[in-house]
Amino acid sequence: MKRSRSIENSIIPIGFSLILLLIWQLSVDMGMISRNMLPSPTDVGSTLIEILPDIYQHTLVTLTEAFAGFFASILLALILAILMDSVKVIKKAIYPILVVSQTVPLIVLAPLFVMWFGYGMMPKIIVVVLVCFFPILISLLDGLSSVDKDMINLLKSMKASRLQIFRLVKFPAAMVSFFSGLRIAATYSIMGAIIGEWMGGKAGLGIYMTRVKYSFAYDKTFAAILVIVVLSMMVFYAVRLLQRLAMPWSIEMEKNRR
Amino acid sequence: MNTFQNNNEIKLELKELYKAFEDTPVLEGISLQLKNKEFISILGPSGSGKSTIFNIISGLLKPDRGEVAIEGENHTGKTGRVSYMYQKDLLLPWRKVIDNASLPLIVKGMEKQQARETVAPFFKVFGLEGFEHKYPFQLSGGMRQRAALLRTYMFSKDIMLLDEPFGGLDAITRAKMQQWLLDVLQQLEASILFITHDIEEAIYLSDRVYILSERPAAVKKEIVIDLERPRGREILTSREFIDLKAEILSLL
Repeated sequence: MKRSRSIENSIIPIGFSLILLLIWQLSVDMGMISRNMLPSPTDVGSTLIEILPDIYQHTLVTLTEAFAGFFASILLALILAILMDSVKVIKKAIYPILVVSQTVPLIVLAPLFVMWFGYGMMPKIIVVVLVCFFPILISLLDGLSSVDKDMINLLKSMKASRLQIFRLVKFPAAMVSFFSGLRIAATYSIMGAIIGEWMGGKAGLGIYMTRVKYSFAYDKTFAAILVIVVLSMMVFYAVRLLQRLAMPWSIEMEKNRR
Repeated sequence: MNTFQNNNEIKLELKELYKAFEDTPVLEGISLQLKNKEFISILGPSGSGKSTIFNIISGLLKPDRGEVAIEGENHTGKTGRVSYMYQKDLLLPWRKVIDNASLPLIVKGMEKQQARETVAPFFKVFGLEGFEHKYPFQLSGGMRQRAALLRTYMFSKDIMLLDEPFGGLDAITRAKMQQWLLDVLQQLEASILFITHDIEEAIYLSDRVYILSERPAAVKKEIVIDLERPRGREILTSREFIDLKAEILSLL
Protein backbone atom coordinates (compact mmCIF):
# COMPACT_ATOMS: atom_id res chain seq x y z
CA MET A 1 0.00 0.00 0.00
CA LYS A 2 2.68 2.43 1.09
CA ARG A 3 4.98 1.29 -1.69
CA SER A 4 2.41 1.70 -4.42
CA ARG A 5 1.67 5.19 -3.19
CA SER A 6 5.31 6.23 -3.38
CA ILE A 7 5.50 4.91 -6.94
CA GLU A 8 2.35 6.84 -7.70
CA ASN A 9 3.91 9.92 -6.18
CA SER A 10 6.84 9.80 -8.56
CA ILE A 11 5.06 8.53 -11.66
CA ILE A 12 2.40 11.23 -11.79
CA PRO A 13 4.69 14.29 -11.78
CA ILE A 14 7.27 12.69 -14.08
CA GLY A 15 4.60 11.48 -16.47
CA PHE A 16 2.91 14.85 -16.60
CA SER A 17 6.21 16.64 -17.27
CA LEU A 18 6.98 14.20 -20.06
CA ILE A 19 3.61 14.89 -21.64
CA LEU A 20 4.25 18.63 -21.52
CA LEU A 21 7.69 18.15 -23.09
CA LEU A 22 6.13 15.99 -25.79
CA ILE A 23 3.53 18.66 -26.61
CA TRP A 24 6.32 21.24 -26.76
CA GLN A 25 8.44 19.02 -29.01
CA LEU A 26 5.55 18.23 -31.36
CA SER A 27 4.34 21.81 -31.68
CA VAL A 28 7.81 22.93 -32.74
CA ASP A 29 8.40 19.94 -35.01
CA MET A 30 5.04 20.39 -36.70
CA GLY A 31 5.82 24.04 -37.36
CA MET A 32 3.14 25.54 -35.12
CA ILE A 33 5.85 27.59 -33.42
CA SER A 34 8.88 28.88 -35.29
CA ARG A 35 12.08 27.11 -34.30
CA ASN A 36 13.82 30.50 -34.21
CA MET A 37 11.48 31.78 -31.57
CA LEU A 38 11.28 28.65 -29.45
CA PRO A 39 13.75 25.79 -29.80
CA SER A 40 12.36 22.29 -29.18
CA PRO A 41 13.47 20.21 -26.18
CA THR A 42 15.71 18.05 -28.35
CA ASP A 43 17.29 21.20 -29.88
CA VAL A 44 18.02 22.45 -26.37
CA GLY A 45 19.49 19.09 -25.42
CA SER A 46 21.86 18.90 -28.36
CA THR A 47 22.84 22.56 -27.95
CA LEU A 48 23.61 21.90 -24.30
CA ILE A 49 26.04 19.13 -25.17
CA GLU A 50 27.62 21.36 -27.79
CA ILE A 51 28.14 24.37 -25.50
CA LEU A 52 29.07 22.45 -22.33
CA PRO A 53 32.84 23.09 -22.73
CA ASP A 54 32.06 26.79 -23.28
CA ILE A 55 29.83 27.29 -20.28
CA TYR A 56 31.84 25.16 -17.90
CA GLN A 57 33.95 28.14 -16.78
CA HIS A 58 30.87 30.36 -16.54
CA THR A 59 29.13 27.77 -14.39
CA LEU A 60 32.08 27.62 -12.02
CA VAL A 61 32.05 31.41 -11.59
CA THR A 62 28.31 31.46 -10.90
CA LEU A 63 28.62 28.61 -8.41
CA THR A 64 31.47 30.35 -6.61
CA GLU A 65 29.43 33.54 -6.27
CA ALA A 66 26.37 31.63 -5.15
CA PHE A 67 28.25 29.64 -2.52
CA ALA A 68 30.19 32.62 -1.21
CA GLY A 69 26.98 34.58 -0.84
CA PHE A 70 25.11 31.64 0.62
CA PHE A 71 27.68 30.98 3.34
CA ALA A 72 28.05 34.68 4.11
CA SER A 73 24.27 34.78 4.51
CA ILE A 74 24.27 31.84 6.90
CA LEU A 75 26.96 33.43 9.02
CA LEU A 76 25.28 36.82 9.04
CA ALA A 77 21.85 35.33 9.77
CA LEU A 78 23.21 33.23 12.62
CA ILE A 79 24.90 36.17 14.30
CA LEU A 80 21.92 38.48 13.86
CA ALA A 81 19.38 35.85 14.91
CA ILE A 82 21.24 35.09 18.12
CA LEU A 83 21.63 38.79 18.88
CA MET A 84 18.01 39.58 18.06
CA ASP A 85 16.74 36.66 20.09
CA SER A 86 18.79 37.37 23.19
CA VAL A 87 18.49 41.16 23.23
CA LYS A 88 14.90 42.21 22.60
CA VAL A 89 15.84 45.85 21.94
CA ILE A 90 17.97 44.81 18.97
CA LYS A 91 15.10 42.77 17.57
CA LYS A 92 12.69 45.66 17.91
CA ALA A 93 15.14 48.04 16.26
CA ILE A 94 16.23 45.87 13.35
CA TYR A 95 13.15 43.83 12.42
CA PRO A 96 11.22 46.59 10.61
CA ILE A 97 14.29 47.63 8.65
CA LEU A 98 14.79 44.07 7.51
CA VAL A 99 11.21 43.75 6.33
CA VAL A 100 11.39 47.06 4.45
CA SER A 101 14.68 46.02 2.87
CA GLN A 102 12.91 43.05 1.33
CA THR A 103 10.44 45.26 -0.49
CA VAL A 104 13.13 47.00 -2.55
CA PRO A 105 13.34 45.29 -5.95
CA LEU A 106 16.80 43.79 -6.34
CA ILE A 107 16.78 44.28 -10.07
CA VAL A 108 16.91 48.01 -9.38
CA LEU A 109 19.68 47.77 -6.83
CA ALA A 110 21.93 45.42 -8.76
CA PRO A 111 23.17 48.08 -11.25
CA LEU A 112 24.08 50.32 -8.30
CA PHE A 113 26.20 47.56 -6.81
CA VAL A 114 28.03 47.27 -10.12
CA MET A 115 28.74 51.01 -10.01
CA TRP A 116 29.93 50.83 -6.42
CA PHE A 117 31.86 47.58 -6.45
CA GLY A 118 32.87 47.16 -10.08
CA TYR A 119 32.57 44.21 -12.43
CA GLY A 120 34.12 41.56 -10.21
CA MET A 121 32.44 38.97 -8.02
CA MET A 122 31.70 41.33 -5.14
CA PRO A 123 28.46 42.93 -6.41
CA LYS A 124 27.12 39.47 -7.34
CA ILE A 125 27.89 38.07 -3.92
CA ILE A 126 26.09 41.02 -2.35
CA VAL A 127 22.99 40.31 -4.42
CA VAL A 128 23.11 36.67 -3.35
CA VAL A 129 23.39 37.71 0.29
CA LEU A 130 20.44 40.07 -0.06
CA VAL A 131 18.35 37.28 -1.54
CA CYS A 132 19.42 34.46 0.80
CA PHE A 133 19.90 36.24 4.08
CA PHE A 134 16.27 37.06 4.77
CA PRO A 135 14.68 33.60 4.55
CA ILE A 136 17.47 32.14 6.68
CA LEU A 137 17.19 34.82 9.34
CA ILE A 138 13.39 34.63 9.52
CA SER A 139 13.42 30.85 9.78
CA LEU A 140 16.02 31.02 12.54
CA LEU A 141 14.13 33.66 14.49
CA ASP A 142 10.89 31.71 14.14
CA GLY A 143 12.62 28.56 15.29
CA LEU A 144 14.22 30.24 18.28
CA SER A 145 10.95 31.75 19.46
CA SER A 146 8.87 28.64 18.77
CA VAL A 147 10.24 26.78 21.78
CA ASP A 148 7.57 25.68 24.26
CA LYS A 149 7.53 28.06 27.24
CA ASP A 150 7.06 25.11 29.58
CA MET A 151 10.21 23.51 28.18
CA ILE A 152 12.16 26.62 29.09
CA ASN A 153 10.51 26.71 32.52
CA LEU A 154 11.44 23.08 33.03
CA LEU A 155 15.08 23.91 32.43
CA LYS A 156 14.84 26.99 34.62
CA SER A 157 13.45 24.83 37.41
CA MET A 158 16.62 22.76 37.02
CA LYS A 159 18.60 25.96 37.51
CA ALA A 160 19.95 25.89 33.97
CA SER A 161 21.82 29.00 32.83
CA ARG A 162 20.66 31.08 29.86
CA LEU A 163 23.52 29.69 27.83
CA GLN A 164 22.54 26.13 28.70
CA ILE A 165 18.92 26.79 27.77
CA PHE A 166 20.10 28.19 24.46
CA ARG A 167 22.50 25.37 23.75
CA LEU A 168 20.34 22.47 24.94
CA VAL A 169 16.90 23.60 23.86
CA LYS A 170 16.51 26.77 21.82
CA PHE A 171 19.22 26.30 19.24
CA PRO A 172 18.52 22.65 18.43
CA ALA A 173 14.79 23.42 18.37
CA ALA A 174 15.44 26.12 15.79
CA MET A 175 17.34 23.74 13.51
CA VAL A 176 14.29 22.26 11.78
CA SER A 177 12.97 25.61 10.71
CA PHE A 178 16.53 26.81 10.02
CA PHE A 179 16.93 24.04 7.47
CA SER A 180 13.67 24.85 5.75
CA GLY A 181 14.89 28.43 5.38
CA LEU A 182 18.21 27.09 4.18
CA ARG A 183 16.57 25.01 1.46
CA ILE A 184 14.74 28.04 0.08
CA ALA A 185 17.86 30.18 0.31
CA ALA A 186 19.98 27.54 -1.42
CA THR A 187 17.79 27.56 -4.51
CA TYR A 188 17.63 31.37 -4.45
CA SER A 189 21.41 31.59 -4.26
CA ILE A 190 21.93 30.49 -7.87
CA MET A 191 19.19 32.83 -9.04
CA GLY A 192 20.69 35.68 -7.03
CA ALA A 193 24.07 35.18 -8.67
CA ILE A 194 22.45 35.21 -12.13
CA ILE A 195 20.59 38.46 -11.35
CA GLY A 196 23.84 40.01 -10.19
CA GLU A 197 25.63 38.92 -13.34
CA TRP A 198 22.84 40.18 -15.56
CA MET A 199 23.96 43.73 -14.74
CA GLY A 200 27.37 43.17 -16.19
CA GLY A 201 30.61 41.44 -15.44
CA LYS A 202 33.32 39.29 -16.93
CA ALA A 203 32.11 35.73 -16.54
CA GLY A 204 29.23 33.67 -15.23
CA LEU A 205 26.09 32.02 -16.57
CA GLY A 206 24.20 35.31 -16.39
CA ILE A 207 26.82 37.02 -18.52
CA TYR A 208 26.75 34.12 -20.95
CA MET A 209 22.99 34.40 -21.19
CA THR A 210 23.02 38.14 -21.92
CA ARG A 211 25.57 37.52 -24.67
CA VAL A 212 23.62 34.76 -26.39
CA LYS A 213 20.42 36.75 -25.97
CA TYR A 214 21.89 39.58 -28.04
CA SER A 215 22.84 37.13 -30.78
CA PHE A 216 19.31 35.70 -30.70
CA ALA A 217 20.64 32.21 -29.94
CA TYR A 218 17.58 31.16 -27.99
CA ASP A 219 18.56 27.50 -27.97
CA LYS A 220 21.67 28.50 -25.99
CA THR A 221 19.57 30.62 -23.63
CA PHE A 222 17.36 27.62 -22.93
CA ALA A 223 20.38 25.35 -22.52
CA ALA A 224 21.76 27.80 -19.93
CA ILE A 225 18.36 27.87 -18.16
CA LEU A 226 18.48 24.09 -18.01
CA VAL A 227 21.90 24.28 -16.36
CA ILE A 228 20.58 26.80 -13.83
CA VAL A 229 17.60 24.60 -13.00
CA VAL A 230 19.81 21.56 -12.52
CA LEU A 231 22.23 23.50 -10.32
CA SER A 232 19.42 24.90 -8.18
CA MET A 233 17.90 21.46 -7.72
CA MET A 234 21.31 20.10 -6.81
CA VAL A 235 21.92 22.60 -4.04
CA PHE A 236 18.35 22.07 -2.81
CA TYR A 237 18.93 18.35 -2.44
CA ALA A 238 22.42 18.89 -1.03
CA VAL A 239 20.86 20.89 1.81
CA ARG A 240 18.24 18.20 2.29
CA LEU A 241 20.98 15.58 2.46
CA LEU A 242 22.86 17.69 4.96
CA GLN A 243 19.72 17.90 7.09
CA ARG A 244 19.35 14.14 6.94
CA LEU A 245 22.93 13.70 8.12
CA ALA A 246 22.79 16.37 10.80
CA MET A 247 19.33 15.58 12.14
CA PRO A 248 18.20 12.08 11.22
CA TRP A 249 15.26 12.40 13.60
CA SER A 250 13.76 15.40 11.82
CA ILE A 251 13.18 13.61 8.53
CA GLU A 252 11.74 10.61 10.37
CA MET A 253 9.44 12.92 12.25
CA GLU A 254 8.17 14.51 9.06
CA LYS A 255 7.44 11.05 7.68
CA ASN A 256 5.57 10.08 10.83
CA ARG A 257 3.42 13.15 10.68
CA ARG A 258 2.16 12.34 7.21
CA MET B 1 24.11 13.44 57.90
CA ASN B 2 21.01 11.41 57.40
CA THR B 3 21.33 9.42 60.56
CA PHE B 4 18.52 11.29 62.23
CA GLN B 5 16.19 10.76 59.32
CA ASN B 6 13.02 8.93 60.12
CA ASN B 7 9.90 8.26 58.17
CA ASN B 8 7.98 11.13 59.70
CA GLU B 9 10.54 13.71 58.72
CA ILE B 10 8.95 16.62 56.87
CA LYS B 11 10.55 16.93 53.43
CA LEU B 12 8.59 19.88 52.21
CA GLU B 13 6.40 22.39 53.94
CA LEU B 14 4.38 25.26 52.55
CA LYS B 15 3.60 27.94 55.07
CA GLU B 16 0.73 30.31 54.34
CA LEU B 17 1.42 30.97 50.66
CA TYR B 18 -0.28 33.99 49.16
CA LYS B 19 -0.06 34.95 45.51
CA ALA B 20 -1.94 37.35 43.29
CA PHE B 21 -1.54 38.03 39.58
CA GLU B 22 -2.07 41.72 39.07
CA ASP B 23 -5.10 42.24 41.30
CA THR B 24 -6.55 38.75 41.10
CA PRO B 25 -5.74 36.70 44.16
CA VAL B 26 -4.87 33.14 43.17
CA LEU B 27 -3.58 31.58 46.38
CA GLU B 28 -4.94 32.51 49.76
CA GLY B 29 -2.90 30.99 52.50
CA ILE B 30 -1.91 27.57 51.19
CA SER B 31 -0.22 25.45 53.86
CA LEU B 32 0.68 21.83 53.49
CA GLN B 33 3.25 19.27 54.51
CA LEU B 34 4.90 16.47 52.60
CA LYS B 35 6.60 13.84 54.70
CA ASN B 36 9.36 11.48 53.70
CA LYS B 37 8.23 8.85 51.16
CA GLU B 38 4.70 10.17 51.25
CA PHE B 39 2.38 10.52 48.26
CA ILE B 40 0.25 13.64 48.53
CA SER B 41 -2.32 14.81 46.03
CA ILE B 42 -3.63 18.30 45.55
CA LEU B 43 -7.14 18.00 44.22
CA GLY B 44 -9.04 20.95 42.93
CA PRO B 45 -11.11 22.28 40.06
CA SER B 46 -9.32 23.36 36.88
CA GLY B 47 -7.92 26.86 37.07
CA SER B 48 -7.84 26.83 40.85
CA GLY B 49 -4.17 27.74 40.93
CA LYS B 50 -2.71 24.27 41.46
CA SER B 51 0.06 24.84 38.93
CA THR B 52 0.85 28.18 40.58
CA ILE B 53 1.61 26.26 43.77
CA PHE B 54 4.06 24.07 41.88
CA ASN B 55 5.66 27.04 40.16
CA ILE B 56 6.24 28.54 43.59
CA ILE B 57 7.65 25.34 45.08
CA SER B 58 10.00 24.85 42.14
CA GLY B 59 11.20 28.44 42.56
CA LEU B 60 9.97 29.70 39.18
CA LEU B 61 7.58 32.09 40.92
CA LYS B 62 7.90 34.00 44.15
CA PRO B 63 4.92 34.07 46.51
CA ASP B 64 3.67 37.45 47.69
CA ARG B 65 3.76 36.12 51.24
CA GLY B 66 4.61 32.81 52.84
CA GLU B 67 7.46 30.37 52.78
CA VAL B 68 8.59 27.21 51.04
CA ALA B 69 10.64 25.11 53.42
CA ILE B 70 12.55 22.07 52.22
CA GLU B 71 13.95 19.83 54.93
CA GLY B 72 13.48 22.73 57.33
CA GLU B 73 15.39 25.23 55.23
CA ASN B 74 13.85 28.24 53.53
CA HIS B 75 13.84 27.65 49.77
CA THR B 76 11.38 30.34 48.72
CA GLY B 77 12.08 31.52 45.17
CA LYS B 78 15.05 29.22 44.68
CA THR B 79 15.19 26.90 41.69
CA GLY B 80 17.20 23.74 41.32
CA ARG B 81 16.09 21.73 44.34
CA VAL B 82 12.91 19.79 43.53
CA SER B 83 12.04 18.13 40.25
CA TYR B 84 9.00 19.11 38.29
CA MET B 85 7.02 17.12 35.74
CA TYR B 86 4.41 18.71 33.49
CA GLN B 87 1.34 17.25 31.87
CA LYS B 88 3.19 17.56 28.56
CA ASP B 89 6.09 15.14 28.37
CA LEU B 90 8.40 17.94 27.11
CA LEU B 91 10.86 15.43 25.73
CA LEU B 92 13.31 16.96 23.29
CA PRO B 93 12.57 15.38 19.90
CA TRP B 94 16.22 15.49 18.80
CA ARG B 95 17.50 13.58 21.81
CA LYS B 96 17.24 9.84 22.20
CA VAL B 97 15.26 8.66 25.22
CA ILE B 98 18.43 8.00 27.18
CA ASP B 99 19.75 11.48 26.43
CA ASN B 100 16.42 13.03 27.36
CA ALA B 101 16.52 11.21 30.67
CA SER B 102 20.07 12.41 31.29
CA LEU B 103 19.23 16.04 30.53
CA PRO B 104 19.13 17.04 34.23
CA LEU B 105 22.60 15.56 34.72
CA ILE B 106 23.89 17.42 31.67
CA VAL B 107 22.44 20.64 33.14
CA LYS B 108 24.30 19.88 36.33
CA GLY B 109 27.48 19.70 34.29
CA MET B 110 28.01 15.98 33.76
CA GLU B 111 29.61 14.64 30.58
CA LYS B 112 27.26 12.97 28.10
CA GLN B 113 28.77 9.51 28.40
CA GLN B 114 28.87 9.55 32.16
CA ALA B 115 25.30 10.84 32.31
CA ARG B 116 24.19 7.96 30.09
CA GLU B 117 25.90 5.45 32.35
CA THR B 118 24.24 6.99 35.40
CA VAL B 119 20.79 6.87 33.86
CA ALA B 120 20.99 3.47 32.17
CA PRO B 121 20.31 1.25 35.23
CA PHE B 122 16.99 3.02 35.87
CA PHE B 123 15.50 2.06 32.52
CA LYS B 124 14.61 -1.31 33.94
CA VAL B 125 12.90 0.12 37.02
CA PHE B 126 10.86 2.50 34.89
CA GLY B 127 9.84 -0.17 32.39
CA LEU B 128 11.71 1.51 29.58
CA GLU B 129 14.16 -1.24 28.84
CA GLY B 130 14.98 -1.48 25.14
CA PHE B 131 13.85 2.09 24.46
CA GLU B 132 17.13 3.76 25.40
CA HIS B 133 18.14 4.57 21.84
CA LYS B 134 14.73 5.35 20.42
CA TYR B 135 13.62 8.88 19.67
CA PRO B 136 10.59 10.23 21.56
CA PHE B 137 8.36 10.27 18.47
CA GLN B 138 8.79 6.51 18.23
CA LEU B 139 7.17 6.04 21.66
CA SER B 140 3.51 5.86 22.64
CA GLY B 141 2.01 8.52 24.91
CA GLY B 142 2.31 6.29 27.96
CA MET B 143 5.92 5.43 27.25
CA ARG B 144 6.77 9.08 26.75
CA GLN B 145 5.33 9.90 30.17
CA ARG B 146 7.46 7.12 31.65
CA ALA B 147 10.53 8.67 30.06
CA ALA B 148 9.48 12.09 31.36
CA LEU B 149 9.10 10.70 34.85
CA LEU B 150 12.52 9.09 34.63
CA ARG B 151 13.98 12.44 33.60
CA THR B 152 12.15 14.07 36.51
CA TYR B 153 13.55 11.47 38.88
CA MET B 154 17.09 12.00 37.58
CA PHE B 155 16.95 15.63 38.64
CA SER B 156 15.82 15.18 42.20
CA LYS B 157 15.32 11.74 43.62
CA ASP B 158 13.66 12.73 46.88
CA ILE B 159 11.05 15.39 46.11
CA MET B 160 9.08 15.22 42.89
CA LEU B 161 6.26 17.51 41.78
CA LEU B 162 3.95 15.84 39.27
CA ASP B 163 1.48 18.17 37.58
CA GLU B 164 -1.30 16.04 36.09
CA PRO B 165 1.23 13.73 34.46
CA PHE B 166 -1.47 11.44 33.08
CA GLY B 167 -3.91 14.18 32.15
CA GLY B 168 -3.24 13.87 28.45
CA LEU B 169 -3.66 10.12 28.23
CA ASP B 170 -6.74 8.09 27.35
CA ALA B 171 -8.63 6.41 30.20
CA ILE B 172 -7.20 2.93 29.65
CA THR B 173 -3.59 4.02 29.33
CA ARG B 174 -4.14 6.27 32.28
CA ALA B 175 -5.30 3.41 34.51
CA LYS B 176 -2.26 1.39 33.44
CA MET B 177 0.06 4.28 34.15
CA GLN B 178 -1.37 4.78 37.64
CA GLN B 179 -0.67 1.14 38.43
CA TRP B 180 2.77 1.48 36.91
CA LEU B 181 3.50 4.58 38.99
CA LEU B 182 2.60 2.77 42.21
CA ASP B 183 4.86 -0.14 41.23
CA VAL B 184 7.78 2.11 40.36
CA LEU B 185 7.45 4.21 43.51
CA GLN B 186 7.74 1.11 45.67
CA GLN B 187 11.28 0.75 44.38
CA LEU B 188 12.24 4.40 44.92
CA GLU B 189 12.81 6.64 47.91
CA ALA B 190 10.72 9.51 46.69
CA SER B 191 8.23 11.91 48.23
CA ILE B 192 5.60 12.92 45.72
CA LEU B 193 3.37 15.94 45.42
CA PHE B 194 0.77 15.21 42.77
CA ILE B 195 -1.71 17.53 41.09
CA THR B 196 -4.91 16.16 39.67
CA HIS B 197 -8.56 16.96 39.19
CA ASP B 198 -9.48 13.30 38.99
CA ILE B 199 -10.93 12.18 42.34
CA GLU B 200 -10.38 8.46 41.80
CA GLU B 201 -6.80 9.03 40.73
CA ALA B 202 -6.13 11.08 43.86
CA ILE B 203 -7.59 8.47 46.22
CA TYR B 204 -6.02 5.54 44.43
CA LEU B 205 -2.48 6.93 44.49
CA SER B 206 -2.25 9.02 47.64
CA ASP B 207 -1.60 8.77 51.35
CA ARG B 208 -3.28 12.11 51.87
CA VAL B 209 -5.32 14.42 49.67
CA TYR B 210 -5.55 18.19 50.03
CA ILE B 211 -8.79 19.53 48.63
CA LEU B 212 -8.58 23.03 47.23
CA SER B 213 -11.39 25.51 46.90
CA GLU B 214 -12.17 27.42 43.72
CA ARG B 215 -9.96 30.38 42.94
CA PRO B 216 -8.61 32.00 45.04
CA ALA B 217 -7.35 28.67 46.24
CA ALA B 218 -7.26 27.72 49.89
CA VAL B 219 -7.06 24.27 51.45
CA LYS B 220 -10.63 23.23 52.12
CA LYS B 221 -9.82 19.99 53.77
CA GLU B 222 -7.11 17.43 54.23
CA ILE B 223 -8.23 13.84 53.84
CA VAL B 224 -6.18 10.87 54.97
CA ILE B 225 -6.46 7.92 52.62
CA ASP B 226 -6.19 4.95 54.89
CA LEU B 227 -6.13 2.23 52.26
CA GLU B 228 -3.67 -0.61 52.52
CA ARG B 229 -0.67 -0.77 50.19
CA PRO B 230 0.17 -2.26 47.79
CA ARG B 231 -3.06 -1.31 46.10
CA GLY B 232 -4.66 -3.02 43.12
CA ARG B 233 -7.45 -1.88 40.84
CA GLU B 234 -9.96 -3.93 42.84
CA ILE B 235 -9.96 -1.38 45.67
CA LEU B 236 -11.69 1.03 43.32
CA THR B 237 -14.95 -0.77 44.09
CA SER B 238 -14.33 -1.35 47.79
CA ARG B 239 -16.55 0.16 50.45
CA GLU B 240 -13.84 2.42 51.93
CA PHE B 241 -12.90 3.75 48.51
CA ILE B 242 -16.45 4.65 47.64
CA ASP B 243 -16.98 6.30 51.00
CA LEU B 244 -13.88 8.43 50.48
CA LYS B 245 -15.05 9.34 47.02
CA ALA B 246 -18.45 10.37 48.35
CA GLU B 247 -16.82 12.49 51.04
CA ILE B 248 -14.62 14.30 48.53
CA LEU B 249 -17.49 14.81 46.08
CA SER B 250 -19.52 16.44 48.79
CA LEU B 251 -16.67 18.89 49.38
CA LEU B 252 -16.15 19.95 45.79
